[in-house]
Amino acid sequence: MEIQGRAWKYGDNINTDVLFPGKYTYTVKGQEEIASHALEDLDPTFAPNVRRGDLVIGGRNFGCGSSREQAATCLVYNGVGAVIAESFARIFYRNAINNGLLAIVCPEAAQAIQGQELVSVDLERRLIECGSGRFAFPALSATVQEILEAGGLVEQVKRRLALAGPASEGSG
Amino acid sequence: MNQETRPHQLGRQDVDQGPLPQTFAQKALARAAGLDMVEVGAVVDVRPDIVLSHDNTAAIREIWLQFGQERVAIAEKLAITLDHAVPAPTTRHAQNHAEIREFVREQGISNFFEVGRGICHQVLSEEALVLPGQIVLGADSHTPHFGWLGAFGAGIGRSEVAALWATGELWLRVPESISIVLEGDLPRGVTAKDFALRIIGDWGADGGLYASIEFSGSGIEAMSVDSRMALANMMAEFGAKSSFIRPDGKTRAYLEAALARRAARMKHEGLAEESRADVEKLQLLPDEGAAYAATYSYSAGELEPTVSCPHTVDNVAPLSAVAGVEVQQAFIGTCTNGRLEDIAEAAEVVRGRQVAVGTRLLVIPASSLVLQEALERGYIQALVAAGAAIGTPGCGPCMGNHMGVPATGEVTISSANRNFRGRMGTTDAEIYLANPAVVAASAVAGRIADPRSIV
Repeated sequence: MEIQGRAWKYGDNINTDVLFPGKYTYTVKGQEEIASHALEDLDPTFAPNVRRGDLVIGGRNFGCGSSREQAATCLVYNGVGAVIAESFARIFYRNAINNGLLAIVCPEAAQAIQGQELVSVDLERRLIECGSGRFAFPALSATVQEILEAGGLVEQVKRRLALAGPASEGSG
Repeated sequence: MNQETRPHQLGRQDVDQGPLPQTFAQKALARAAGLDMVEVGAVVDVRPDIVLSHDNTAAIREIWLQFGQERVAIAEKLAITLDHAVPAPTTRHAQNHAEIREFVREQGISNFFEVGRGICHQVLSEEALVLPGQIVLGADSHTPHFGWLGAFGAGIGRSEVAALWATGELWLRVPESISIVLEGDLPRGVTAKDFALRIIGDWGADGGLYASIEFSGSGIEAMSVDSRMALANMMAEFGAKSSFIRPDGKTRAYLEAALARRAARMKHEGLAEESRADVEKLQLLPDEGAAYAATYSYSAGELEPTVSCPHTVDNVAPLSAVAGVEVQQAFIGTCTNGRLEDIAEAAEVVRGRQVAVGTRLLVIPASSLVLQEALERGYIQALVAAGAAIGTPGCGPCMGNHMGVPATGEVTISSANRNFRGRMGTTDAEIYLANPAVVAASAVAGRIADPRSIV
């Protein structure tokens, strides 16, 4: 599988408040509306211009701050193909994977990629390609891979519940 | 501050000496996974003791409904507070709360706390719903808070809470641990908040990324329970997964009082006794000689009042370097610094003084119990007399929903935990973070000020 798109590049410590402001977190619900507020306080040009398959590039500690899941889903609903960063804050990383958003830790690529350039990610060969070269990224953990293959945590849990049968459901 | 970094101990198992020494995180996760021992880096399925959610519970329910269940599998483990936007500021927020109340009724959730009871981490602490050695997973990033009592608390996402409701278990990676040692007594005017900001400033907002932070030393032992909560809570801003402070006599006294209150309310006389036995039985302590990814040692005497400057928590400066910056709003509250000790310190600073013209002071106790005690001790009266506005216990304006959203261009000094751009609801507004006494002194001066120059 290959992901290809333009790079939207930001710096270190991109936090959940600039990814999706807290003031919307209990009231904004529809996918389109959530998507429209993505990165509102950091880059107002992002949501109106991002295209399906585009990639978001961050520095260190991408997604730090709140546990709000919309920080990841606002990117998913905008069609973002993957986030590449030097490192991720732990709850954001889990939220991304759980919503089927590929989060790749690759410091070399995150530094080399230029804003708005074309980037491609080859998942089988675990390679990121951009104007300045090709960069390998490490294999995802088995747990993460299983969730992504299921299409996210909700789908994975549905499968588990179906396998376990009705007796395990809501037994109190 | 000294750093001694020790490599992980080699995995050599010496039969004669028994298993390798373990960190708190290893022991807590092994217990919750039903295993004898877990290695750092292993991924394990754990069954938490408590699962917390708040105003986000309605959104979690929407996800959970996709599983097609009629009943949540672990209703007795759920703890739900309404705290992030209370009382409801808009119809949409009110609708959100209404959906949560409906869910609580339908599922028979007994640990539900209404508008005004307080902030989830404070309320669950006051109710002693989490005990030492237990695991609490919460749809809130400040869940490392529960390290104050020697419990493993970690923040998770909404989908993960929904998965827990359905199955009772969730995967967690066993984290590396970082040891932070504080020796000596904190100087006058220096608090646990200043220590937390210093740590985050020294090692960066990702200095504790994915790690369990274990605190120790005479400076930690000397801290009040309220201070320990502030310290453990702030580790969320260090990137930490969880934190740990060894339970002692202060911890037990707090939990016993909390259990006695709950027992009296529930008319369940045996509860306090049963739970006191649980506190001793459940407690987990790190082994001597456990392996740490890093050890950071601080001398309390060298610490000073510290302020986080806009727009990141790790952008810290000594108070003296930022004193004089004009502020339009001063806010005391939140899960980090809205407790009795914090309000007492603020009251002492403002007593007999007035909030400066052109500045407003907002005080929002972390819980109804804090509010009640602050009233009984005259703190609230002193604050109101000085011109402070008192809000309903809850998160207040911390994350920009209501009750103190700044105007464009305004500067807020706050006892909260985050100063990200837009955090309080306004993109072009600056937030400085400090301890509550500094916030109170700044309200009186109209500019960032050192309370030691006033009191």
